Amino acid sequence: MAAPMLRWCYLGRRWVLACIDGGSRHGRGAAIGFTSSRKRGQSSVAQQPLITAQKSRKGEHKWAAVVGLEIHAQISSNSKLFSGSQVHFAAPPNSLVSFFDASLPGTLPVLNRRCVEAAVMTGLALSCRINKKSLFDRKHYFYADLPAGYQITQQRLPIAVNGSLAYSVCAGKKPSQVITKTVRIKQIQLEQDSGKSLHDELRSQTLIDLNRAEGQLRVDANISVHHPGEPLGVRTEVKNLNSARFLAKAIDSEIERQIHELENGREILNETRSFDYKLGCTMPMRDKEGKQDYRFMPEPNLPPLLLYDTASLPPGADPQQVINIDWIRERLPELPSETREKLVQQYGMLPEHSFALLNEVGLLEFFQNVIKETRAEPKKVTSWVLNIFLGFLKQQNLAVNESSQSPRSPARSSFTSGESVGRTDQKQGACCWSASEKCHGPEPSPVTPAALAELLSLLDRKAISSSAAKQVFEELWRSKGKTPSQIVSEKRLELMQDEEALERVCHAVMEEHPQVVMDVKRGNSRAINKLIGLVLKATLSRADPTVIKEILEKKLSS
Amino acid sequence: MLGRTLREVSAALKQGQITPTELYQKCLSLIKKTKFLNAYITVSEDVALKQAEDSEKRYKKGHSLGDLDGIPIAVKDNFSTSGIETTCASNMLKGYVPPYNATVVQKLLDQGAILMGKTNLDEFAMGSGSTDGVFGPVKNPWSYSKQYREKRKQKPHGEKEDSNWLITGGSSGGSAAAVAAFTCFAALGSDTGGSTRNPAAHCGVVGFKPSYGLVSRHGLIPLVNSMDVPGILTRCVDDAALVLGVLAGHDPKDSTTVQDPVKPFTLPTLTDVSKLCIGIPKEYLAPELSSEVRSFWSKAANLFESEGAKVIEVSLPHTSYSIVCYHVLCTSEVASNMARFDGLEYGHRCDIDVSTEAMYAATRREGFNDVVRGRILSGNFFLLKENYENYFIKAQKVRRLIANDFVNVFNSGVDVLLTPTTLSDAVPYLEFIKEDNRTRSAQDDIFTQAVNMAGLPAVSVPVALSNQGLPIGLQFIGRAFRDQQLLTIAKWFEKQVQFPVIQLQELMDDCSSVFEIEKLGSVSLKQ
Repeated sequence: MAAPMLRWCYLGRRWVLACIDGGSRHGRGAAIGFTSSRKRGQSSVAQQPLITAQKSRKGEHKWAAVVGLEIHAQISSNSKLFSGSQVHFAAPPNSLVSFFDASLPGTLPVLNRRCVEAAVMTGLALSCRINKKSLFDRKHYFYADLPAGYQITQQRLPIAVNGSLAYSVCAGKKPSQVITKTVRIKQIQLEQDSGKSLHDELRSQTLIDLNRAEGQLRVDANISVHHPGEPLGVRTEVKNLNSARFLAKAIDSEIERQIHELENGREILNETRSFDYKLGCTMPMRDKEGKQDYRFMPEPNLPPLLLYDTASLPPGADPQQVINIDWIRERLPELPSETREKLVQQYGMLPEHSFALLNEVGLLEFFQNVIKETRAEPKKVTSWVLNIFLGFLKQQNLAVNESSQSPRSPARSSFTSGESVGRTDQKQGACCWSASEKCHGPEPSPVTPAALAELLSLLDRKAISSSAAKQVFEELWRSKGKTPSQIVSEKRLELMQDEEALERVCHAVMEEHPQVVMDVKRGNSRAINKLIGLVLKATLSRADPTVIKEILEKKLSS
Repeated sequence: MLGRTLREVSAALKQGQITPTELYQKCLSLIKKTKFLNAYITVSEDVALKQAEDSEKRYKKGHSLGDLDGIPIAVKDNFSTSGIETTCASNMLKGYVPPYNATVVQKLLDQGAILMGKTNLDEFAMGSGSTDGVFGPVKNPWSYSKQYREKRKQKPHGEKEDSNWLITGGSSGGSAAAVAAFTCFAALGSDTGGSTRNPAAHCGVVGFKPSYGLVSRHGLIPLVNSMDVPGILTRCVDDAALVLGVLAGHDPKDSTTVQDPVKPFTLPTLTDVSKLCIGIPKEYLAPELSSEVRSFWSKAANLFESEGAKVIEVSLPHTSYSIVCYHVLCTSEVASNMARFDGLEYGHRCDIDVSTEAMYAATRREGFNDVVRGRILSGNFFLLKENYENYFIKAQKVRRLIANDFVNVFNSGVDVLLTPTTLSDAVPYLEFIKEDNRTRSAQDDIFTQAVNMAGLPAVSVPVALSNQGLPIGLQFIGRAFRDQQLLTIAKWFEKQVQFPVIQLQELMDDCSSVFEIEKLGSVSLKQ
């Protein structure tokens, strides 16, 4: 537990929806926050019981949904938010638990500097206002994996507020049409993660793992629907969504459910729900005590978190003891939106291609490395990287070579105690049953940027045909270590430069397929493509289709 | 030897007049003789012996670690001690052995101090009598002093002598009794609303509460985090300063400790007080104040005045709101701090396993006494969303006003405030328990608690004996982080008043036979 968490609250994501009828599925776009409208038919009105007729109106009217997301994202740091214990993925249960993490009486939280810096950087990237002074609060509830009985969070005065994120989605009639949208960010807060409960149904026992360094992302979605112009509806909270795909599904399903409930005269309860991945719908969660009162109070053991900028930095301040927002701003990496814009401008790339390049970890670096080493057209490179290379990766469930994790910055800061805090006695912390299996990430791609660059250069020089290039690429994938040139010469895939020889092949093909020749002569313009294909096959893809076409046209017209 | 101060015995150790193991043996035998006082919950006999032997080796090699090397000390049982049971005098933590030392404990051990044991208290330090712990009440050593007994003989009473023993005050009563009965030379208490100063006054020892943030709370099992401070109990002011010098300073494990480097705390001997301004807060002239304490208070003021100091009446106008404000803030933090005692990771766990919730409920009902449970309930009430603004926020605002009262007074040129520590001298146990814990705490903390709200340093110095032959203490309150100035003035005062030494030794020998046959059902001394 106590893995550092960032919580982002997105507020007021709205989209307008309407249903064909009360029971039918409403439309949705490819990403969260999509607008789609359908007309609602009369049939649903007829389904409504009379008793609640006043709640629905006849005729067409739209539903608007309001969605707010609470995103719990784990900070990439070496140690936890309030203790010196390490953070590792898939570490044995309760092996990374300091006395503080186990909430031993008398232990106190010490803020991890790296986590504060990460929160500030996130705030800056999301155009938030960074609060120079923020506070920590205790949120109380009893749960077995919350050993202190409270969670330290930032309820009253969080580290960053009022941000926004502009994003683009491919939507509309043409698939290439990109719409830019803005989501408002209410606040970013630093908060301690709780532990993990493992329920052993057989022995009806719950086992607690206080490491809690897993599950980098968790989203709670608050959802309500209302008629535009009317007050907002009662909201439900769908908790613990851990992927964007399920998040979208859960939101859609919950909106649909709420509309259905309301249109059938029922009420929406203010409740927490969970998303059933198998059934694809939300279910009410077992809420034992009804509404929770978290009894927030200030965390008395952490002084207010003060941040500075270059102007407000106290003279002679120990750089290890203060955090300068401007300093972090200078170190902010280029944001994805800027990168995408540059790609479009620099390479004349389609916007959707710039998205595709950034959506896959490491793919952009791969692309840039290829571009550096080849004189092939950027468009060609883009097309190869996105269509062929990425296609192969996805097919084989591989990662881009460059995606090997960027090294983590040394996180042990002066904020956290420099000493390594010892571990609790395993006997005192409740133990889990077994070490979880070690999880391996996907293997890296066998094709290096240099290899692809060389291949594209061969193609660009017309040393090989594009279909031969695809063969070379497949060969590169299979036989690691060989260069494209080696493969080309081994497999004799060089483009036929001998025009006379090519003419002979063309001639032979025409002889063998008089029917196709007849078709061409009768004016079937497509038939020539068939001839070109046949010639290509006869040359083992070593000829340039445009040259073949020229020869064929010459011969056919003669 | 045992009657000496820490500095004196430290000098004796250095000069080889006594060895650490001899000193340890003497203290241990006295701890055993005074077992009936119930000052100790755990006597760490074996660990202490090892420490004493190690210290002796260092002295033999001439590598003494300093003034505290070989000095027997005691620590209140709400400080975590590695390998030694730490109970907070609660069923909840019976059998809990912390895997780490509180920073203050570690600092004492690093200086070679010998930890004789863990002292008794009110459960989780909630109380002002040291009567509400699961191991039974602490008896005030002065109950058995020649001074008190002689006074009592003069008065006719029908009741049995031994049933009329006096409370120590609290909640650090065990530490105060341990120092007063010569079983150690210094003890750690904790002070949230007066818990170090109150028993110090009743037991005739010096009780010092440092500025909040000067001494680490890491390892101190909290009562109210924003007010708790480790306290120091000694037989003289100089000793308190010596211990403070060891304890003070930034702790990376406690973010509320100040970063500034701390200078050594050696107290100059003040000869001239004519440049001092002593403030007498008029609000502290409470109607409940006994005439005796009141008279010693004015005598003390006169003493300063006669020596040339400026003594002025000052006003701390929000004093009367302190008790109710403290009640809200204290119970709220208690409700929060006690949430971790759920029977899962450590401490008591009930046998009920129907559900996790049922287990929590039964564990906490069995583990906490009525006082703790009452404070948890009140605190949770104040923290409810609907009450938070009306209670907690208001109490915080009042706290600020109380703190500002002190700031204003000190800004007007006052160096220290002089006040009573307690309303009267120690009362008999049977008298004390007529009122409930809450009423008692509210009454008894009246002079001490506002200081914790403001985070100021304060020290209770024994002044004289009452008509009954019992100690009376007066309190000095200083500016934040001017602990050294405060103690310097207290040292001067201490020298002027010449508080008598408790005459215990001869009586103890006489009484020991009596006490041995006395039934000590409530006493559970753990070895």
